[in-house]
Amino acid sequence: MLSSKEYVAVMQLHREVPEDKLRKVIKEFVGRIYQKPPVRSSVKKSLRIKTIFDIEVLEIDYPFVLMRIHCEHGTYVRKLIHDIGEILGVGAHMRELRRIRTGPFKEDSTLRTMHELSEALYIYRELGDESKLKEVILPMEYGISHLPKVVILDGAVEAITHGADLAVPGIAMLHEGIRRGDTVAILTLKGELVAIGQALRATEEIIQMNKGIVVKTKRVLMPRGVYPRMWKRKGR
Amino acid sequence: MDVTSKGIEFIQKLDEFAGIKRKFIVRREDASTSEDYGKIPYERSIKELLRFGIINLDKPPGPTSHEVVAWIKKLLNLRRAGHGGTLEPL
Repeated sequence: MLSSKEYVAVMQLHREVPEDKLRKVIKEFVGRIYQKPPVRSSVKKSLRIKTIFDIEVLEIDYPFVLMRIHCEHGTYVRKLIHDIGEILGVGAHMRELRRIRTGPFKEDSTLRTMHELSEALYIYRELGDESKLKEVILPMEYGISHLPKVVILDGAVEAITHGADLAVPGIAMLHEGIRRGDTVAILTLKGELVAIGQALRATEEIIQMNKGIVVKTKRVLMPRGVYPRMWKRKGR
Repeated sequence: MDVTSKGIEFIQKLDEFAGIKRKFIVRREDASTSEDYGKIPYERSIKELLRFGIINLDKPPGPTSHEVVAWIKKLLNLRRAGHGGTLEPL
């Protein structure tokens, strides 16, 4: 999921530092930072630039510092905390980490444990009651709910599932503020996810146009054959 | 309520879930969707949800994301499943 993440982490300082210095150094890590992935990591270990959107110090209880970190996907929080320790000159390491948000998913009423899933499954399989399981498994559309959306007409759906790009006449409505290059979700008027695409034009441009390709289809999620085929075959 | 209004209401619910406050610009005021094909996502059957669904799972500390996905696949009898984020490498 290439979306921003939010974490709550506990940093353990190796020696005490004055609180004002601690806060000042932490603030310096907000913005674009260089980060080299740690030795035990799942990506290539070359220097990368990552954006830290925000770090909020929630509580200081030496040697522990509780922080809320909002950062770009692919940021190593363990490394971030190690680096804060280096700049402080006393050293630090991460004691605990919990992700509290990934893309649209927060620690909210939709968050489920493995136990709850297994229980809901039991009630469905053994008692034939599907209501609990339906509360656990959300429609996949929730997974793209944070993306800007382009809603299309029924007649444009099947062509997209065959990989066609989206042209202006197929659009029923779209979010304001879409910029060229943005990743967008292409939905039917029923709210079904058809595909993920990349906007080739901004919203303001699209609403001035009458024809032309404006969203490039990147990944098709809806199977073919759900909606009828509306385009004409050539040479018949 | 007709199917088009239900669909648009669902889309607004998605925006609300993700905290998106953007407005929609309507290009076709007359747009409507047919009842004859497709369905509002929350009307999917369990079988359909297992193909086109997502779980906001509170992963227990200890097992890796890959291990948890493997358990869930077995639990739900799935051929394909994936996860959307790794906290720590193996």
